[in-house]
Amino acid sequence: MPVQEVLPLDGAATKPPGDYRADHLLVAEMVKPGSKVLDVGCGEGDLLQLLETRGIDGRGIELSREGVNRCVAKGLAVVQGDADTDLVNYPDDAFDYVILSQTLQATRQPRVVLENLLRIGRRAIVSFPNFGFWKMRLQLLIGGHMPRTENLPATWYDTANIHFCTIKDFVELCDEINVKMERSVALDLYGRPVPLNLPWWVWNMFGEQAVFLLSRGGGR
Amino acid sequence: MVGVKSVPSPAISADERSHEVDHPSSQVAHFGTEQPLRLDCGVDLTPFQIAYQTYGELNADRSNAVLICHALTGDQHVANVHPVTGKPGWWETLVGPGRPIDPKHYFIICSNVIGGCMGSTGPASINSATGKVWGLDFPVITIPDMVRAQAMLIDRLGIDTLFAVVGGSMGGMQVLQWTSAYPARVFSALAIACATRHSAQNIAFHELGRQAVMADPDWHGGGYADQGIHPHRGLAVARMAAHITYLSDAALHRKFGRRMQDRELPTFSFDADFQVESYLRYQGSSFVERFDANSYLYLTRAMDYFDIAADHGGVLAKAFAGIQTRFCVVSFTSDWLFPTSESRALVHALNASSARVSFAEIETDRGHDAFLLDVPEFFDISRAFLQSAGKARGLKGS
Repeated sequence: MPVQEVLPLDGAATKPPGDYRADHLLVAEMVKPGSKVLDVGCGEGDLLQLLETRGIDGRGIELSREGVNRCVAKGLAVVQGDADTDLVNYPDDAFDYVILSQTLQATRQPRVVLENLLRIGRRAIVSFPNFGFWKMRLQLLIGGHMPRTENLPATWYDTANIHFCTIKDFVELCDEINVKMERSVALDLYGRPVPLNLPWWVWNMFGEQAVFLLSRGGGR
Repeated sequence: MVGVKSVPSPAISADERSHEVDHPSSQVAHFGTEQPLRLDCGVDLTPFQIAYQTYGELNADRSNAVLICHALTGDQHVANVHPVTGKPGWWETLVGPGRPIDPKHYFIICSNVIGGCMGSTGPASINSATGKVWGLDFPVITIPDMVRAQAMLIDRLGIDTLFAVVGGSMGGMQVLQWTSAYPARVFSALAIACATRHSAQNIAFHELGRQAVMADPDWHGGGYADQGIHPHRGLAVARMAAHITYLSDAALHRKFGRRMQDRELPTFSFDADFQVESYLRYQGSSFVERFDANSYLYLTRAMDYFDIAADHGGVLAKAFAGIQTRFCVVSFTSDWLFPTSESRALVHALNASSARVSFAEIETDRGHDAFLLDVPEFFDISRAFLQSAGKARGLKGS
């Protein structure tokens, strides 16, 4: 997958070695070097390691003990915790960016989590799988079963993802809680950005996942 | 033999133990009357001494010093053969050549705590004012007192900032006290199986142990040294009770189950029929060979008094406000003496202070003692944490 061709890493001090996920590279590109970042739901720390190569002070929270221990064994500053319950412990403005990568749909209260992200971080970067993606729609429409994809292989009865949404749904939530969308990118099945000049419904149809850079809206 | 067998007497004489108290086979830092140790109880302890061991070399810019803080019944012999018991150092799993804390990379310091009985001034030491053993005339000490004394030792060694402070259990309490009292002097902190305060249950267990010591007629109101005896029965019982709290139900079951000790059938007596009884008796009797009963009272008391938040208006996060130290907190799933919930409370406070913290809970059935045992996942985490901190500190080879 020629990710680095489609997503030139502007301002990267060093080209990161190894294979990184398309959405991680996109997130990393959105973060200004030298900033302080919290990665909520950091998994095994791949994104944090990528950020570290760009001189970013990264911290992480991860729910699974195995994930946490693998991160800590890589020397990353990661703690075991739950996005739904543990974000309240962080003070306001503690981070420049708070990242929620492919985790929003697994939280119990996505709206509260999103509000917390923008309380403890001046900006938030949220990526999530788009349930409005044509393949999802087709599986439900034609197949008549809950959609499963390469990136979301779990069956309905053992998935951790309890709050799926579409790009359209997410944009509506941002409007409702007065969150400003500074940048938004939809990635297609191959991790390529869907061209910018196309209307929202195209994104919602052809974006397999979306990445949003958010900040607090005015008038609060 | 059918009958009652109490805990056997120690093989080592009181003389051998007391020699180590005042003339330890370690390096010793003496602090004269011009440098008293100001204790929390309001007393200036002077003169006093600190016995310590070092491993490895201090580098040219004095940036590679690692302080190891020992637990309740530990001492400075972290990575060398113990002069009294002849056993390997108590943390050779973590500290030593090829280990996560390797003397090839770090200048490792471990001192006996103040109040201890392996060469640092404590209740078993000679009170220079009277020429007699301190006994209960020794002032009550706290975890902050221990750390204050360590800071004086570190000053004496010409070290400004410690690369790392590392400890488990009571040692972990000292680590947290170091970061709270001297945040600028601690580059990284590895706090294992510990808490920011001693729980009611833990105070209760300590009180049980102290009462066992004091119930021994040989204790003589703490003045046993003058009689040339030692309340080893009471101290052994205290150790046996405490030892149970260091293990777990699952570990005891796995290790001993209901198996009999060198016999097929019960003897219908109070002899140690079960392996677990025999094991506990051995733990009790071997402990009294190397430990002073009064010292046990003082050190358990110091842990009881420990409560970092209380010193900061009841708000734990204030103890770490603005701290730059890199933290790694480790707990063990089956540790019910210092359960994961205690570590989590610490991590929440550190998060609230925006501190850089890693926190790992390690799955094991070995209870609190796990931190002293061979737990590879714990070593991997310790090694990676120190390597990453070493990189940030600009240490070579780490």
